[in-house]
Amino acid sequence: MKDVQIVRNDRQLSLANIGVAYLAFIIGTLCGLLQVFIRNDALKLPAWLDYYQILTAHGLLLAIVFTTFFIFAFFQSGMSRTLGAFGRKTSVWSWIGFYVTLFGTLLIVVMVVSGQASVLYTFYAPLQAHGLFYVGLALFVIGTWIQGFALVGHYVVWRKRHKGELSPLFAFMTIATIILWVIACLGVVATVLFQFIPWAFGWTDGINVELSRSLFWYFGHPLVYFWLLPAYMAWYIVVPKIIGGRVFSDSLARLSFILFILFSIPVGFHHQLTEPGIASFWKFLQTVLTFMVIIPSLMTAFSLFATFELRGRELGGRGLFGWVRKLPWRDVRFTSIFVAMFFFIPGGAGGIINASFQMNELIHNTLWVVGHFHITVGTPVAMTFFGLTFWIVPYLTGRVFTKSLQKLAFIQIATWSVGMLLMSTAQHLLGLLGAPRRTAYTGYAHDDAFAWFDGILSNHVTMAVGGSILFISAVLLVYIIVQLWWIAPKADQEHFMTFPIAESDASTTPAFLENWKIWIGIAFILIALAYTIPLSDIIQHAPPGSERFQTW
Amino acid sequence: MHFHKYEKIWLVFGVAALIVFLSVVGVSAFHQGNTPSGGHMTIDPNKVRETAPFDQPGLHEKEDGSYEVAMIAMAFGYDPGDLQVPVGEEILFSVTSEDVTHSFSIVGTNVNMMAIPGQINHRKHTFTEPGTYLVICNEYCGSGHHFMSTEIEVVEQ
Amino acid sequence: MKKPQQQNLKGTLISVFFVGGIIIFMWVSVYFLYVSRL
Repeated sequence: MKDVQIVRNDRQLSLANIGVAYLAFIIGTLCGLLQVFIRNDALKLPAWLDYYQILTAHGLLLAIVFTTFFIFAFFQSGMSRTLGAFGRKTSVWSWIGFYVTLFGTLLIVVMVVSGQASVLYTFYAPLQAHGLFYVGLALFVIGTWIQGFALVGHYVVWRKRHKGELSPLFAFMTIATIILWVIACLGVVATVLFQFIPWAFGWTDGINVELSRSLFWYFGHPLVYFWLLPAYMAWYIVVPKIIGGRVFSDSLARLSFILFILFSIPVGFHHQLTEPGIASFWKFLQTVLTFMVIIPSLMTAFSLFATFELRGRELGGRGLFGWVRKLPWRDVRFTSIFVAMFFFIPGGAGGIINASFQMNELIHNTLWVVGHFHITVGTPVAMTFFGLTFWIVPYLTGRVFTKSLQKLAFIQIATWSVGMLLMSTAQHLLGLLGAPRRTAYTGYAHDDAFAWFDGILSNHVTMAVGGSILFISAVLLVYIIVQLWWIAPKADQEHFMTFPIAESDASTTPAFLENWKIWIGIAFILIALAYTIPLSDIIQHAPPGSERFQTW
Repeated sequence: MHFHKYEKIWLVFGVAALIVFLSVVGVSAFHQGNTPSGGHMTIDPNKVRETAPFDQPGLHEKEDGSYEVAMIAMAFGYDPGDLQVPVGEEILFSVTSEDVTHSFSIVGTNVNMMAIPGQINHRKHTFTEPGTYLVICNEYCGSGHHFMSTEIEVVEQ
Repeated sequence: MKKPQQQNLKGTLISVFFVGGIIIFMWVSVYFLYVSRL
């Protein structure tokens, strides 16, 4: 039986989001390539372009634009697949949201390209970009909210029609992620609307820097979970289907997502451990809360291995690890995501180190952080998205993921993995030695700085080779997508690509897990506990505001 | 909700490990005084050089015999530009910025302080080895960010 | 499907402890680096 494609409107909506995502992806990875060559002194930029402009574009296009657009494409197609075709309202608002997000993105890009916003994607005050840059950011967030609420509307309609039923796991996780995103964005919206925009346009004179940083990081940490949770959805729901298995435990999968809503937000101070203005007590409290958010990831690790082992044994795997060999390694949709998961082991372990209070001093703002980024969002998340792309594009376009394209896809994920392994290992080691992040060159005239680049792995060459391999891999990926979108042969009935959604037995799942009011309520209580006193302290003891600076 | 027996073992082990990590850093921080840099004093970011101790940047020996270094970070350098401190003495670094956000990070040590305009950051450090230490800014601060560095000479008294 | 309690998940248990081992190894290494720079 062929899997029925979702309706045309929902397909086009998802494809529009995927299109923007990969356009941002290829420009962003090109920026990354330029960076490693500039750092290596192998490339001189023309006068109208500078390193920090490229770095700003790299961060924004990959970490924000690529991820967000792809995530919405995944949500929209999956929600249409599991809950049925979008109604008129959901459809109209999704399109409006898409265009608002796109317009915000274009505004940001224009400001960065014109050299008026080389503030990196963290845009720390009192570096002041053009006011329209912040307007672009606000529109971007509002656009995602509109798309998010459109999906919530679709979900509410479904639940009204299915009173007393638990929603499908895909819908549940989508809604959990959107809730997380909306609550998280409150911080960045507050600082952009009430601090940055009035200040950048000259309506107010000074900005409270520490407040803006704290509001940014209130958003900044759950932001990484907004990237990670869709990848977890693929791991929990898509991968088991691809290997022919089931979701290991429906209730534990839902519970882990609830825990992410609760504990991924009141933890932003662990990005601010080395700065003044926040008492040690509050920093440590948020450190403890940060450690709580590790628990659902430990649960996820177990669930995934269990899914693999149960399926492998079903296929006849014997002994302790015989099941590993039975997994469908020749299916790139599986292998890509499996490798992505593996990168998350050191990625997650590094994250625990970053959050470990005073140990943060060792790595804060060093190249270690850059390495950490690339083996969390850069591989586990991004490569999971690649793995989804391999089937979601042909699913939406009705084309065949041919044997030769599958071979290319294997080369693509192999090169991405090797490139990341080389580059991020070098970055981690350099960071431990003290090499700073976000520098165009590292030409400090001091023995310690010279020694940074003498290592077998910790040297510029490793980073440049890694970066070059990564760009080749990115080009290959875009080539595959173009093929799957316009060129590969149309699929007939038998070869139609499916949207893999694993069976999840919800018969013993308690209904209170889907009572959002409880969880949103507890989330706000935790946020209030962690933030009320230190934030009001920062506001009450505010120094005179900082002026506007453009130092690039 | 049902947990497999092995999952219970795994979660108990994992949570125990996390508690051990937290206890180790917690005791080290609050009992032995190894908290990361911080502080609760604000300053007018437009009047840094008129405000003590930053009106006289550099090393000061206080009345009780302890040492304080007042350090101003700015685009793209530090004031004082050259600094000598004694080996084996506890030194309190007080750092602020007179323009954008910077850092004051001494390579090869755990001193890694954000310099936030409007705030004064504090951290105590004792150099155990004499020598020349590299200080760098590791927070992006503009086109000259990668040139922003200085040195500290740690000398025998 | 077998009841969860009877599922054979020995490989899973060893695998997650391998993950735990990496976490502990990395954390302890960096902690000792921190201590050495005190």
